[in-house]
Amino acid sequence: MIRPALVLAALLCAGGAQAHEIYVSNERDNTVSVIDSARWEVTRTFGVGRRPRGLTFSRDGRRLFVCASDSDAVQVVDPDSGKLLHDLPSGEDPEQFALAPDGRTLFIANENNATTTVVDAETRKVLAQVDVGIEPEGMAVSPDGRIAVTTSETTNMVHWIDAVTLQAIDATPVGQRPRHAEFTRDGKTLWVSSEIGGTVAVVDVASRRVVETIEFEIKGISPDRIQPVGIALAEDGRTAFVALGPSDRVAAIDTATRKVTAYILVGRRVWHLAMLPGGGQLVTTNGVSGDVTVIDTASLKAIRSVKVGRYPWGAAVRPAGDAATAEGAAPAGGRSAGRRE
Amino acid sequence: MRARADLAARDGTVRALGRLGAARLRAPALACLALGLALPARSQAPAAGPAPLVVHYVERRIERPTPLNNEPPVPADEGLRGADLGLRDGNATGRFLGLAFTLKPVVVEPGADIRAALAAASAEAARERHGSGAPRFLVVNAPAEDVLALADAPELAESVFLNIGAPDVRLRDRDCRARLLHVLPSRDMLADALVQLLAFKRWTRILLVAGPKPEDALYAEALRRSARKFGARIVAESTFDAHGADLRDSALREFALVTRGPEHDVVAVADEAGEFGANLVHNTASPRPVVGTQGLSPAAWGRPVEAWAAVQLQGRFAKLAGRPMGPVDWAGWMAVHAVTEAAAQLRSTDAEAVRRLLLSDKFEVGGFKGRALSFRPWNGQLRQPVFVLWPGAVVAAAPVEGFLHRRTELDTIGLDQPESACRAFGGPR
Repeated sequence: MIRPALVLAALLCAGGAQAHEIYVSNERDNTVSVIDSARWEVTRTFGVGRRPRGLTFSRDGRRLFVCASDSDAVQVVDPDSGKLLHDLPSGEDPEQFALAPDGRTLFIANENNATTTVVDAETRKVLAQVDVGIEPEGMAVSPDGRIAVTTSETTNMVHWIDAVTLQAIDATPVGQRPRHAEFTRDGKTLWVSSEIGGTVAVVDVASRRVVETIEFEIKGISPDRIQPVGIALAEDGRTAFVALGPSDRVAAIDTATRKVTAYILVGRRVWHLAMLPGGGQLVTTNGVSGDVTVIDTASLKAIRSVKVGRYPWGAAVRPAGDAATAEGAAPAGGRSAGRRE
Repeated sequence: MRARADLAARDGTVRALGRLGAARLRAPALACLALGLALPARSQAPAAGPAPLVVHYVERRIERPTPLNNEPPVPADEGLRGADLGLRDGNATGRFLGLAFTLKPVVVEPGADIRAALAAASAEAARERHGSGAPRFLVVNAPAEDVLALADAPELAESVFLNIGAPDVRLRDRDCRARLLHVLPSRDMLADALVQLLAFKRWTRILLVAGPKPEDALYAEALRRSARKFGARIVAESTFDAHGADLRDSALREFALVTRGPEHDVVAVADEAGEFGANLVHNTASPRPVVGTQGLSPAAWGRPVEAWAAVQLQGRFAKLAGRPMGPVDWAGWMAVHAVTEAAAQLRSTDAEAVRRLLLSDKFEVGGFKGRALSFRPWNGQLRQPVFVLWPGAVVAAAPVEGFLHRRTELDTIGLDQPESACRAFGGPR
């Protein structure tokens, strides 16, 4: 067995890296579990609104935003105490959101009523509601803060929103049931996963056209069980990770060749991903098995699993006090770790 | 005959939205204007954009027995409401592509001439400038004889039919037709889904009780066939006719007699009209679950279906119809969604192109069942998971774990290519 080596690797990773807190939303328990990355254990669990899904942190790590879908609110929580500070107006059924680089403008996908709500998190005012396709879900803001995108799961499009005028400017059809969108750090490319289409579209941001459609193939797994959802891009930009839903695997993709380099077995029905600062580890939320898998991004192997609540959905890494330096060094650095999922 | 004025009245709004959506795509500078106006009924100007793609809907009402236990009756608008939601969803997508869709519904009473009613609706459509008015896409919610009569009608030679009401296996078998697609699962798909679950649980000894109607016999036959296919066994069969007895008084004794038999794991009931099956549950001679048309039932859709974002569709439907979505509602939604999705993929409402895509084996579409759905190229049946549920919960979604197929597990339920006698689609490929 290779277990001793794994444990050693885990210990080395845990010992060598700085400890982080990972916040995981448990969709069915209406709670958030907090995992300490030094010990890979749940240290705290606190209650939030109903059906929590997307979650993200303020840049300074002092505020946690939670999409409480069935409470029709984005909740602002003190991560230290787990106490609800206040709700933000969010529109109906918020599912995912993205915080703009200005640290205060939240773009929220309202799954039930085909809109994207834009909220100023400081004044707590709705800035705009933008009409998009049916069941908007994925949300992302470009690193320069100029464009927001949302994916609509039944309309099967990426909707482009001018983040300054807050107007929809274009729509790009992609594969069936697009669930998640992620900008590359240079802002030139957008990655979009299509759950039922079974593909990931690589979209050129300037022309708003799909330039490549990545397909997946896993031996012994029926193609219709390969359902891409969460996407995380490595900090060095070389690797993209895609959660493949009920195939229970995460694909690692070389962003230069756009070829899959590995399929990593994780827990059951993997939803979303969050990269730890430094990029050495990636965590996955596994909805059916109710746990989080820790992946070592160098060896592309799963090294740990951590039991959390029922139906874990999103995960976000809390920017630590001194992690602000890392963020300052790479302006987009807070995105994969500190943003949503 | 009864045409739906409320649907027709919305056409104006739908067209206006489509046009604004097109403007938004072509000229970003106008986007803010369009956005402000992209709300229903702001613009009253006559439409000048491309003609909408018309989807026709034809239904024959069915006489149903009075509910036995004060349960909600089968809704009078089952199917049509689903199609209506499919239209709304289609237009919500279409407005970003400059496409628009309309629905032309025709509902006839039992005994009325369905072809004549449809011809009248086509003439009306022609007057409204929808081309020749002859349906290109016709959603059919009617018994099998009507489906065949329409499919063979010379005036409908250019139509693609989407069957949402007839589960008859023969329409997917020897009586299939080249332009006839089946959105509703057939009886053998329902039976296969149920028996897969029974086999998975090793509840394979089945005592079968069938009602007296021809459709009950067809359901029973589908169960027998599935039992053979998946290694279950019908250990005994009996029939039950609810007529002439008042079940409220006699059920306790009568059902004990009917369900007495050799050792069995489940009592399967074939009672499609719901004349006694619900009363059989918890009233069998031995303490055994009731499965089939009542009790634990296979269905295309049902109120407890929640996974794979189904809750979104359920929510939209409940808002529109004020009631839960039934299997025929889902099929109605799915039929219109398939047509509008094909148009969206093509970015065109050209009926000929949409028809070609819909009938090709390249076409895939989502249906809130967790997988891409497609039409079987050998008989036009929509491949799809089938739920096995009771009113409280979904017990399983078939294909059940462990039932494998070289093409797709979805083809473990229903007539597979070598089993189907259908040759209208060109025979074996």
